[in-house]
Amino acid sequence: MLLTSLGAVAATDVYEFETEEQRERFKRFTYELRCPKCQSQNLAGSDSMISQDLKRELHRLIIEGKSDQEIIDFMVSRYGDFVLYKPKFQANTYLLWLGPAALILVGLGVFGWVLYKRQPPEIE
Amino acid sequence: MKRLKLFIPLVIFAGLAVLFWHGLKMDPTELPSALIGRQVPAFQLGTVKEPEQIVTRDDLKGHKFALINVWATWCGPCRQEHPFLVKLAEQGIPIFGVNAKDELDLAREWLDERGDPYQFSIFDPEGKLALDMGVYGYPETFLVDENGTVLQRKTSVLDERVWQQDFLPIIEKLN
Repeated sequence: MLLTSLGAVAATDVYEFETEEQRERFKRFTYELRCPKCQSQNLAGSDSMISQDLKRELHRLIIEGKSDQEIIDFMVSRYGDFVLYKPKFQANTYLLWLGPAALILVGLGVFGWVLYKRQPPEIE
Repeated sequence: MKRLKLFIPLVIFAGLAVLFWHGLKMDPTELPSALIGRQVPAFQLGTVKEPEQIVTRDDLKGHKFALINVWATWCGPCRQEHPFLVKLAEQGIPIFGVNAKDELDLAREWLDERGDPYQFSIFDPEGKLALDMGVYGYPETFLVDENGTVLQRKTSVLDERVWQQDFLPIIEKLN
């Protein structure tokens, strides 16, 4: 356990940054970006070749002072929306984003309807 | 009405069964390429045979269709795939190679030993072009039209089955 955590620290320390803020951004992006090859891992958790390449590119983009949006565009234009762990809100993801809320509304509707139907006849 | 309601669980079950059955046949490791419908990214690189000779994406254009195959000598499945590429090249299908993250000597040796199916192989030692193309597994094969627009991308080994199923139908539509 200690060894693996040391390894993880070493892996991020390979990259040199000019400021703490750059280091933080790098860290955040490696958590938010997904490894295309090893699909259930983010870049931070993967040591596959593609993850290493993407981390190197990410480091370069951050050092060059690119904005968050520019970094996301860089990744998405190459690897598609798949690389984002947090999917964008767009036509093909409306169902994903709004589906749960819609289901809750349907559920509440059904619940209300059942309650309404169950009302005992008024006592005369 | 009451009786019909009893069928609701059955209908839901049947719907889910169809959905899951369909899902079983999908391959989640196969990602849609972000490049489809777009041009091959711009590049200026040498080739394996002539590293001094700079080629660009314009050199890929002008064929009715062409394949771009991303390969490397360190890539095991590429070994398995190579004979099929040679076969396609013998049929007159234009194939361009992208030799990524490799060494010149090894790449040349590979082509000498196994035959060279490529019009030329772009030498991309840093894997920069491969990254721009969204390559995440080796080998990968792209189908482009005469303007260099990407029509199809397949990761992993290109063989007779993949060729028949995923490439030929698109090529036939071009005719």
